[in-house]
Amino acid sequence: MKRLALAAALAVALVAPFAAYPVFVMTALCFAIFACAFNLLVGYVGLLSFGHAAYFGFASYVTAYALKQWGVTPEVGIVLGTGAGTLLGLVFGALAIRRQGIYFAMITLALSQMLYFYALQVKWTGGEDGIQAVPRGALFGVLDLGSDLTMYYVVLAIFLFCLAVVYRAIHSPFGQVLKAIRENEPRAVSLGYDVDRYKLLAFVLSAALAGLGGSTKALVTHIASLTDIQWQMSGEVVLMTLVGGLGTVAGPVAGAFVIVTMQNYLATLGEWVMVIQGAIFVVVVLAFRRGIAGEIIAVWKLRRARRIELEAEEAILPPVPPR
Amino acid sequence: MFDLIGIPPQALFGQLLLGLINGAFYAMLSLGLAVIFGLLNVINFTHGAQYMLGAFGAWALLSYAGLGYWWALIVTPFAVGAVGMVLERLFLRRLYNIDHLYGLLLTFGIATILEGVFRQRFGSSGLPYPIPDSLSGGHNLGFMFLPNYRAWVVVASLGVCLGTWFLIERTRLGSYLRAATENPKLVQAFGINVPRMILLTYGFGVGLAGLAGVMAAPIYQVSPLMGSNLIVVVFAVVVIGGMGSILGSILTGFGLGIVEGFTKVFYPEASNTVIFVIMAIVLLIKPAGLFGQTR
Repeated sequence: MKRLALAAALAVALVAPFAAYPVFVMTALCFAIFACAFNLLVGYVGLLSFGHAAYFGFASYVTAYALKQWGVTPEVGIVLGTGAGTLLGLVFGALAIRRQGIYFAMITLALSQMLYFYALQVKWTGGEDGIQAVPRGALFGVLDLGSDLTMYYVVLAIFLFCLAVVYRAIHSPFGQVLKAIRENEPRAVSLGYDVDRYKLLAFVLSAALAGLGGSTKALVTHIASLTDIQWQMSGEVVLMTLVGGLGTVAGPVAGAFVIVTMQNYLATLGEWVMVIQGAIFVVVVLAFRRGIAGEIIAVWKLRRARRIELEAEEAILPPVPPR
Repeated sequence: MFDLIGIPPQALFGQLLLGLINGAFYAMLSLGLAVIFGLLNVINFTHGAQYMLGAFGAWALLSYAGLGYWWALIVTPFAVGAVGMVLERLFLRRLYNIDHLYGLLLTFGIATILEGVFRQRFGSSGLPYPIPDSLSGGHNLGFMFLPNYRAWVVVASLGVCLGTWFLIERTRLGSYLRAATENPKLVQAFGINVPRMILLTYGFGVGLAGLAGVMAAPIYQVSPLMGSNLIVVVFAVVVIGGMGSILGSILTGFGLGIVEGFTKVFYPEASNTVIFVIMAIVLLIKPAGLFGQTR
C-alpha cells in the first residue's frame, strides 16, 4: 500500500511538467524542500524556529550573486549557496539552542530579522531591488538549464535527494535520539546524550537543506529578493508545515503545494491572501493540529488497529471440537 | 563642552531623546508581554497588532467621532483590552493544556489576520495623527530643543510602567497574580477564580499595548505595518532582559532605546541591528537574560 502510493506519487511528479506550468511546480518543489527542512527541526526535535527564512533567503542571495557576478556554473552556485546557509545555521544555531521553547522561537526570529536588515542595507544584495535576471547557465557546463523542462527534472532530483536525506536522518539512530530529546529532554541528558550537540547538528542540517531550497529557487525564478528573507516568509513555512502535518515526512510537501497553489490562485485578491493565511493558521491550530498527512496516518492506524482487533477476536473463538 | 568627537550636541541629544522614546515603547510592550507570559505561558505574537489597533483606535475616534487625544488615551486601551479578552475567551483558552508553542502560532495567525485587514482597508502608507494642542510646542533647554509631546511620552510611559510595577509587586491583587504565576492550581484551591484572572491579565497586557499605540500615534505615523515592525525588536528586548522581573523589563526597554539612539549618532548603519547584536552577546554571556532566572 505504502509502496503503491509512493510509485503513484513518483509517476505524477515525472509527468507533472506536461500537465501544469513547470515553473509553478518547480517553485512549489523548492518550498517543499524548505518545509521539509523546517519540519526536521520542529517535527523531530521539537524546536520551533521562527526565522528559517534567513537560511533560505541568504542562500538564494549567495547563489544568485555567484551566478550573476562570478559567472559560475549552476552546481557551483548551489553548493556555494547551500554552504552559506549551512554556515549561517551553525552560527545562529549555536546561539539559539542556548534557550528553549518560546525563547528559542523569539531568538531565531530576531536573528533572522537582523539578517534582513543586513540584506536591506548592503550593496551586494541589491537592497530593495534584490538580484534580478539571474542566469541559469549550464549544469556542469554541458546541460543547458534554459529550458524549463530540463530545469524541472534537475529540481525534481534535488527534491528527491532532500527527501532521502530527511528520511535517512529521522530513521537513523541519530533521528531516534532527536525524538528522545523532543519527548523528554532531561531524560535524554540523563542517558548520557550530549543534547546540545544533537540539537546543533539537527539545526545545521535543517539550515543546510533550507539553503538548498533557497539556492534552487534563485535558479528557478531568476531572482533573489527581500521577500525570501523576510520574517513573513518564516511564518509561511511554519504554515505550510502545520497544514501538511508536523513530524511527518510527506506532510510538509503536501502543505507546501497547498499553500503555493492557494497563493497562486488568490494572487489577485491582494491583501486578503494575508487574511486568509492568518485564518488558516487559526483554524489549523485550533482544530486540525495533525495536518493533512497526520489525519491520513491517524485514519490509517485506526483502521489497522480495528483489523487486528477483529483478527484477534476470531483467533480467540474456541476451536470446533472434533466429533 | 558637549562637542564630543565632532558631534554637535543638538544631534546627540536629539537622537538620545528619540532613543528614549523608542525605549519607552519597548518598555511598555515588553512589560505587557512579560505579564501575559508569566500567567498564560503564551508569547503574545498579537501584541504588535494590538499596539497598531491602539493607534488606529485613536485615529478612528478623531476622524469618525471627533474625540481628541485625551479621550483616545482613556477609551482606546479599554477597547483594545476588551478585544483581547474576547480573543482569550474564544481561542487562547483552548490551548492552555497543549504545547505552548501552539499559543505562539495562534496569536501569530491572529496578528496576520488583523494586519491583513488593515492593509486591505488603509494601504501600507501611514495616516497622520496630530499632536494635541495642549502638548504642542516645546522648550529650548539651551543644549537642545525639547518638544512637549515627546517629554510627555517619556514621563507618561515611565509613570505607566512604574504604576504597573506597583500594582503587581505591592498590592493584594498583584500578590494573587504573582502567586498564580508560581502555582495556579494551589491558588485556585484557595478559592480564587484563576481563569477569570487569566482573562483580566491578558486584557491588561493587551490594554497596555493599546495605550502604547495611542501614545505612538502622533510620533510615528498610524500605519498597519507599525506593529509587526516593532514586535520583532520587542522580542529581542524580552530575550535580553529575561521575563523574570518587572523592573528588569522596564530598565531593559529604556536602556536599549538609549543604546539605539547612541548608535544612530555614532554608527548609523548599525542602528537597525544593534539590539539584535546585543541579544547575541547576552545569549553568549548570560543565556537566561540580564534579569532572568532559569526555571
